[in-house]
Amino acid sequence: MLWLGVAYLGALGALFLAAFWTTNEFTGDLVKVFTLDNFRQLLQLPVYRTITARTLGVAVLVTLVDAALALPVAFFMAKVARPGLQRLLVIAVLMPLWASYLVKAYAWRGMLSQSGPLSWLGISPGYGLTGLVVTLAYLWLPYMILPVYAGLQKLPDSLLEASADLGAPALTTFRRVVLPLVFPALVAGSIFTFSLTMGDYIAVKIVGGPTQMLGNVVADNYGVANNLPFAAAYAVVPVLVMLGYLGVVRRTGALENL
Amino acid sequence: MKHPRRVAALAAVAALALAVSGCGSSSGSGGKKSAAGFTAPDVPMAKKLGTKEGAVSILAWPGYAEDGSNDPKTDWVTPFEKATGCQATVKYFGTSDEAVNLIKTGDYDVVSASGDATLRLIAGGDVAPVNTSLLTNYGDIRSFLKDQPYNSVDGQMYGMPQGWGANLLTYNPDVVKPAPTSWSSVFESSSPYAGKITPYDSPIYIADAALYLMNTNPDLGIKNPYALDKEQLAKAVAVLKAQRPQVSEYWSDYLKQQQAFESGDSVIGTSWQFIVNLIDADKKPIKAILPDEGSTGWSDTWMIAAKSKHPNCAYAWLDYIGGPDGNAASAYYFGEAPANTKACDVIATTDKDPSFCDTFHAADEAYAKKLWYWTTPVSDCLDGRTKVKCTTYADWTQAWTEIKG
Repeated sequence: MLWLGVAYLGALGALFLAAFWTTNEFTGDLVKVFTLDNFRQLLQLPVYRTITARTLGVAVLVTLVDAALALPVAFFMAKVARPGLQRLLVIAVLMPLWASYLVKAYAWRGMLSQSGPLSWLGISPGYGLTGLVVTLAYLWLPYMILPVYAGLQKLPDSLLEASADLGAPALTTFRRVVLPLVFPALVAGSIFTFSLTMGDYIAVKIVGGPTQMLGNVVADNYGVANNLPFAAAYAVVPVLVMLGYLGVVRRTGALENL
Repeated sequence: MKHPRRVAALAAVAALALAVSGCGSSSGSGGKKSAAGFTAPDVPMAKKLGTKEGAVSILAWPGYAEDGSNDPKTDWVTPFEKATGCQATVKYFGTSDEAVNLIKTGDYDVVSASGDATLRLIAGGDVAPVNTSLLTNYGDIRSFLKDQPYNSVDGQMYGMPQGWGANLLTYNPDVVKPAPTSWSSVFESSSPYAGKITPYDSPIYIADAALYLMNTNPDLGIKNPYALDKEQLAKAVAVLKAQRPQVSEYWSDYLKQQQAFESGDSVIGTSWQFIVNLIDADKKPIKAILPDEGSTGWSDTWMIAAKSKHPNCAYAWLDYIGGPDGNAASAYYFGEAPANTKACDVIATTDKDPSFCDTFHAADEAYAKKLWYWTTPVSDCLDGRTKVKCTTYADWTQAWTEIKG
């Protein structure tokens, strides 16, 4: 517990600390003098608001796409498939997680390319926001399917039968019985898809074209412009967003369902 | 809150943060004053060479230190290792900023630094002055590359010149018709190749837009694309913002650019001869030209890290890469004018390419002066204006983030 505190909170603390420093404009050396300039810049320059909004938008979109895809897949796995097939499907869902993130991202670079397989089918989104959402939704899909699948497994079949017996059509059963009960699992899955998207900066570089996300600005400021303090200040933003999100999630009671 | 103890821990961290950030740091005094208006810190220079350490860690532009891993026939690092016993590890970087950042880690002995990195490295005390009397091949380096404002301070050299060249207007001749002749092909607002333009991903690319404005809009009074006052920078930024919707992707990873050109996702943009050669080797359509209005470019210098753990092997590398064979091999492969006067003869005999040095105008000092070498923009205007303050690299970095949006 202590070790965790030092390694995790210590790192976060160091990050927070660095956010109040600045760098020498010319040599890029750290200047360890307290200043609020980084935060002032973050708030005043519209470009950072745009990038934050774009990142949040992509995170929400990826989460929605994943939820829409995961629900039917997980429902089939939990309620329709025979036990043997069920096990096979779980392995199939987990399988992509064995491959490297980079391999999958570059595979999508090939898929989305204007001379790639998608363009043979007449769909060629190219590199950009659309390609990015597709790629990220693909990358994080297993993290959404698994909790929803677990949630659906806990849902007794008798409830579905009772609903049908009372004359509810399938859609009503889904809306009034399945969805409310599986909602905490969806929220649990969304924590993964949302936070992973918030922090991503590699897939953007590979399939995002000229698009910038929050993670890119942090990575560029640290790795390219050598401005660790500004990178740290901007990195505080996703931490705050995630804290806020987790606060809301805690109220739904989804955390107890994990 | 459920966890009061965690809150206390957070509060403690925050308090610590405030306490530590109150402490200032003091900068060293002494050293030499440079023309760019900074004082170079006192970093000791090697007086004589000792035994070689058996290893050297090289930080280089892609294509400067090939050890046969890209192409078994392209290898000038192994001969160096055999001759000196210094085992070389090579790390390539994509932008000058990356190089500056990496050298600060202290893991590298030598770096091939362009003019937009050199002064920052010298001013930061990250590189050591170089004792040129310890480099046997230094005498063969072209004189117009020695003691330049970007590689020396007050007559003290900080490295071994490698070579120089231009950023090229590169295009796919199967798609881009008629062939472009000017940079306006990538900067004009409604390009027929919208969505397939690939600019270089670094704040220094703002200078390319400034150079374009220098030729198309002389009223702005831009005399040097690296000396822009606030208004001129705003105009250059406007050009790049208009270009932004037409960009396929900004590149800094040369492999990704190569792949994008080969797949047709990019058809026109800025590139280097070295990347053009790689695409050519894959038998894909590619052409590169230096437009009449000139171009931005680079003049690179090999420098030795102040924290180098293998200074003797570092000197050995500088001497080798600046020598006739090493310089010829690297400059020929990268596609630039070699710094060593004897390198041209080596290229003419070993690579059977006697016209190479003429193509790159290696001996042509007047031509070399026409290119606008990457230089770090500083507040004292580089074009000599004293009435206005120019924008600094920090401003450019900020502007670059806003351009990409």
